[in-house]
Amino acid sequence: MTLLSILGVLSSAIFSGTSLLYTTLGEVIDERAGIVNLGLEGVLLVSASSGFAVTAISGNPYLGILVAMLAGGLMNMILGYLAITRKANQLASGLALMFFGFGLSALIGKPFVAVKIHSLDRFLLPGMASLPLKYSSLFKFDLLIYLVIPVAILVWWFLYRTRWGLSVRAVGENAETAYASGRNPRRIRYQALFVGGMLAGLGAAHLSIAYTMNWTENMTAGRGFIAVALVIFSKWDPLRAIVGALVFSGAVAFQLLLQSSGVQVSSFLLDTIPYILTLIVLIAWGGNRRHSAPAMLGRVYQGSE
Amino acid sequence: MTKIAETVNRFPAGGQKVLQTVVRYLLMILLACIMFGVILVIAGKDPIASYKDILSSTLGSAYGFSEVIVSMIPMLLTALAVALPFKVGLINIGGEGQLYIGAAFATFGALTFPNLPAWVLLPLMVILGMLGGALWAFIPGYLKSIGLVNETITSLLLNSVAPKIVGFLILGFWHSPRDTVRTPNFVDAARLSTFFGTRVHLGLVIGLILLIVFWLVMKYTRWGLEMGAIGSNPQAARRNGIPLAKYLVVIMCLGGAIAGLAGMVQVSGFYGTLFPNFSMGLGFMGFMICWLAGGDPLGIVLMAFVVSVIYSGGNLLQLTRGLPYAVINILLAFTLFIVLGRPNFFKGKKS
Repeated sequence: MTLLSILGVLSSAIFSGTSLLYTTLGEVIDERAGIVNLGLEGVLLVSASSGFAVTAISGNPYLGILVAMLAGGLMNMILGYLAITRKANQLASGLALMFFGFGLSALIGKPFVAVKIHSLDRFLLPGMASLPLKYSSLFKFDLLIYLVIPVAILVWWFLYRTRWGLSVRAVGENAETAYASGRNPRRIRYQALFVGGMLAGLGAAHLSIAYTMNWTENMTAGRGFIAVALVIFSKWDPLRAIVGALVFSGAVAFQLLLQSSGVQVSSFLLDTIPYILTLIVLIAWGGNRRHSAPAMLGRVYQGSE
Repeated sequence: MTKIAETVNRFPAGGQKVLQTVVRYLLMILLACIMFGVILVIAGKDPIASYKDILSSTLGSAYGFSEVIVSMIPMLLTALAVALPFKVGLINIGGEGQLYIGAAFATFGALTFPNLPAWVLLPLMVILGMLGGALWAFIPGYLKSIGLVNETITSLLLNSVAPKIVGFLILGFWHSPRDTVRTPNFVDAARLSTFFGTRVHLGLVIGLILLIVFWLVMKYTRWGLEMGAIGSNPQAARRNGIPLAKYLVVIMCLGGAIAGLAGMVQVSGFYGTLFPNFSMGLGFMGFMICWLAGGDPLGIVLMAFVVSVIYSGGNLLQLTRGLPYAVINILLAFTLFIVLGRPNFFKGKKS
């Protein structure tokens, strides 16, 4: 195994981890406000397909990203209407949203299967310019990759250092108390869902526009559920989500490395690593209530009309 | 996530009310069809002709009708796998994973003992399938009963693990000599018998019997009473001497066993082979159906039927209208959205 192949694997892990981290950050915000979005898979698909379609038509990937974010936010508004306004069960509403996403994305994406697009510009990591070309091409990343860690820090800052973030967390912990202290739990949950959906859309846009650069039906292949798992793994904390995404993309990279070095390990079993890690972490933290889930996660806020 | 706010009985007994409920649901489905029709128009397709296609291909012919019943069978079981734990307040969203493990266990039986006669092999596969599902549900059930981790989260995580284990088993051990992505076809003794020259198989009888048993147990036995007590107030039930932890584990495992049975029924009755991703969301579908039906057995049958009509119709939409098969999910989702959101118009006179 050469240095080149190792670097190549790491480079592709960074690409796949980026879209996952954006998505996870979005779900962190949703869940901090007390809403579990099981429809994330569908949200990702609709964002990925619409973003790709717009990029293919307009030729401008940034416009595509914008549309993907908007699509993600709007998809989450459907969940918001069902789970907040109509007070329907969140899990069932989320699954319904997932099925909706399967269908809608297939419809949007159909004319764009095998279409080529102009992708995001990639910039060389500073300080790598002196490397030979075949190495330096592995250190070329697009804007969204450079922005992902700052965005994670920004999300943390919003949640823990701003009034809005305090409101979001208050609504997720105890909507009644939040209401009593003059906040509007429904509106805050809607806002959190919209922002969370936009971030999920950003992740999906990175997947289809910058990483794979094509659209295929059901291309997210379970990333929505991985993100839901990573949110739990990261204890609903945006900064830990960085670690979670690293662990996941590390597992993917590890798997590719093993394969390229000829070690016979089933990729199926390696695929289970993120979930099993999350499960172990959950069990290990089980007794500790302090940093566990937002207390109102999954509950309907009945509220006063 | 542990508390279930609404446990409204949406399918109350008594002719008048059942009729009202059915009419209400039909209206909701009609609304979903109109919304999907708008989508079809936007996509440049003729909605009226599309619906004609769907209806004539599903309800219009004996064969079409039988295919609807076939696709309904696993949904009956996966919905029951949610409904039973739901009675004690457990949310089993892990039907998908339990179904996969059940199917894998049953496949193990079919491939290991191909020489057994059917009357031994099939019961063995049923037991194996239920055992597999129960084992997969034991993990969340046990973790919940000792108060460690919420069963919703764990069963959801395990959903993503199970299909990969099945993939590993097939690729690593069970694949047929010619084809690496599926097992060899099962011997005839490992296939559930079919009826009247259609693909409707014995799984239908199993599913309906289990639903009736479920209804009887809930209504007429002490277990049903105790489960109801746990579901409405677990702490009060515990103080009244009901063994809470034991109930939680056993009921969760039973739910898993039923989902595992769905997997067995699917590989033995329908496919006759095991391949990765064979379920295509049956477990999640069961969760939706159970929720739409409010956990009621009769409601489960009706909702499973509606969902099956939609899904079977999707095949034809693909053939005749040139739409991707997945597009039919939009119609399904609209139905789910409307039933879940239930606009005031449909709420009926109940409080």
